Amino acid sequence: MTEVKAKGQKPSGPVGAKRRVVTREQILTVFPEQTLGVHRSFAGDVWAQFKSHKGAVFGAAVFLTIVFLVFFGPMIWTIDPTFVDIRSRNQGASFAHPLGTDQLGRDLLARVLSGGRVSLAVGLTAMALSLLFGSTIGVIAGYFRRMDGPLMRFTDLFLALPLLPLLLVIVMLFREKLSGVLGPEGGIFILMVSAIGLTSWMQTARIVRGDVLALKEREFVLAAKSIGTPSRRIITRHVLPNVLSPIMVSATLGIATAIITESALSFLGLGFPPDFPTWGRLLFDAIDYTRDYPGRVIWPGLAISLTVLSVNYIGDGLRDALDPRLRGR
Amino acid sequence: MLTYTFRRTLVSIPTLLFIAFVIFFIVKLSPSDPTGNLPLTIPPEVREKIRESLGVNQPFLVQFFLWLKQIVVTEPLHWMNETFGTQFEIGQRILSYQTRSPVMDLIVQRMPQTLWVVGTSYVVGVLIAVPIGIISAYRQYSWFDQAGTFVSMVGFSVPPFFSGVLVIILFSIIIPRESMFWLPSIYDTTHEVVGWESFKFQFRQMIMPVMVLALQTTAQISRFLRASMLDNLNQDYVRTARAKGVKERSVVLLHALRNSMIPVITVIALGVPAIFGGAIITEQIFKVNGLGQLLIIAIQGGDVPTVQTITFMFAGLIVLFNLIADILYGVFDPRIRYD
Repeated sequence: MTEVKAKGQKPSGPVGAKRRVVTREQILTVFPEQTLGVHRSFAGDVWAQFKSHKGAVFGAAVFLTIVFLVFFGPMIWTIDPTFVDIRSRNQGASFAHPLGTDQLGRDLLARVLSGGRVSLAVGLTAMALSLLFGSTIGVIAGYFRRMDGPLMRFTDLFLALPLLPLLLVIVMLFREKLSGVLGPEGGIFILMVSAIGLTSWMQTARIVRGDVLALKEREFVLAAKSIGTPSRRIITRHVLPNVLSPIMVSATLGIATAIITESALSFLGLGFPPDFPTWGRLLFDAIDYTRDYPGRVIWPGLAISLTVLSVNYIGDGLRDALDPRLRGR
Repeated sequence: MLTYTFRRTLVSIPTLLFIAFVIFFIVKLSPSDPTGNLPLTIPPEVREKIRESLGVNQPFLVQFFLWLKQIVVTEPLHWMNETFGTQFEIGQRILSYQTRSPVMDLIVQRMPQTLWVVGTSYVVGVLIAVPIGIISAYRQYSWFDQAGTFVSMVGFSVPPFFSGVLVIILFSIIIPRESMFWLPSIYDTTHEVVGWESFKFQFRQMIMPVMVLALQTTAQISRFLRASMLDNLNQDYVRTARAKGVKERSVVLLHALRNSMIPVITVIALGVPAIFGGAIITEQIFKVNGLGQLLIIAIQGGDVPTVQTITFMFAGLIVLFNLIADILYGVFDPRIRYD
């Protein structure tokens, strides 16, 4: 019979007290087998909690499928999305064109797949940019007291800007200039990504600032300070790893907003050029044909909605999984 | 309370000034030329004179303050002259490059359509959201709550430009025109309500745009109310009320709901500007000739004054509703006032 000390029991009791011995069997009635003797890591804990959120697992599966399809699909489905075959225009679903063709005879499946590449790329890059801004401003505002006031006023001012009209104006104004310098596709991509990134960092900054403010008062930061660790290293070693969870949650939400914003701009005719398919652009192009060919609107729209829905569910699950109060319940 | 309101109002003025500056700056960077849309036969000297008369050649800051003066002083004075018959001396009003008419007149023409659609959908959205939020919280994890969670997740995720197109396909294309469930996909703004029949038509054409906009409102507000109700239903005062033998209905609808509404009212006030943004897209789908459509046309036509003024109005709305949210918060939660 192996002897294991009970959890929380001090190794040596007060002098003269009888040492209490707990058997492994007794512990096993309280703690299930798998929790004993297994090294429990943070990532493992998070994964265990994430797994229990059905919607999140389903969302992750759908999102990964979409990413997989969009990145490897064009290698299998090799029809050029911009290939014009005017004789087979406006076709319905067939073996040659599973989703049909558009008014110029371009294959819709190929267009949805390559459109997804652009939409997802815009979403991911814009999210990364907005996270970079948001966490930098949030950490600086939370950590350095002198910067807190000005930076947070700045954030509030940005929150009060009418974003959609401003985005429309920005895209309209700089499209020509950037296209001239970087080529039509590269220029509009950089413009879109930076415009969306620059107008969506505020929520992240606020959340990160709040967390950093609380972290700053904790003992381990005080300990690091007392041995003379420079601020830069305290931030990178101690603060940043601890605010990773809110940053990850706002990352998922950021992807969703970025994809919706890009599609909304494309939908209003102010996004990527017409020969450069994205989901929003495909939707915009198909609107005029809604009456006769509703399928053409539904596929790109469904792609956008499914992606955003799955990302939102992942975010929901991550929030639960990364919250230590909810985890392990 | 008065000082609180006053302080809040004062704080919002610099915000508004900053936003006005940012908007003016961004739009002014544009290479668009006010004479760009005029016939090519106009000689360059005349073009230069037109530019001069529009004040485009002046330094940037001078233009900014002139525009600010036009918005803050000239337009309100003109409005007072019109309504009260006063005889104030007013300067040049803000003119649109496209139509050469005052921008404010254009906005006043477009405003009612937008307000009707946006206002109705917001009210409908909130009215649907409140009972859903209450029931979801009261019966947490029931099938109703699960369904509510799913529907609001969908409401968050499906963008209005897709949900709008979907309802058009469903109600105007799949359902035959003779059916009583058929709905018009184009919003006719010239339609006037004179009798029962025309009211019915107005009602029918409003259903789809209102549904699309209300879906997002409902999703957001019902979630907030649910969370807030859950917080309050576990509080001690609810247990006390139940222990006293207060009826369950009053416990939920009077005690808990009242306190839960405090943060939700803020969310409702803060959501108003966002729904105006959503209206830009919805108006494009249902072809409503409202403010959003005016903005899109002005952007595409390079009509700088119109774009600046409409964007500034949106900004003004945001600041105004932030202020209203702050003040309402102060009214409902006395602790806030004495910060």
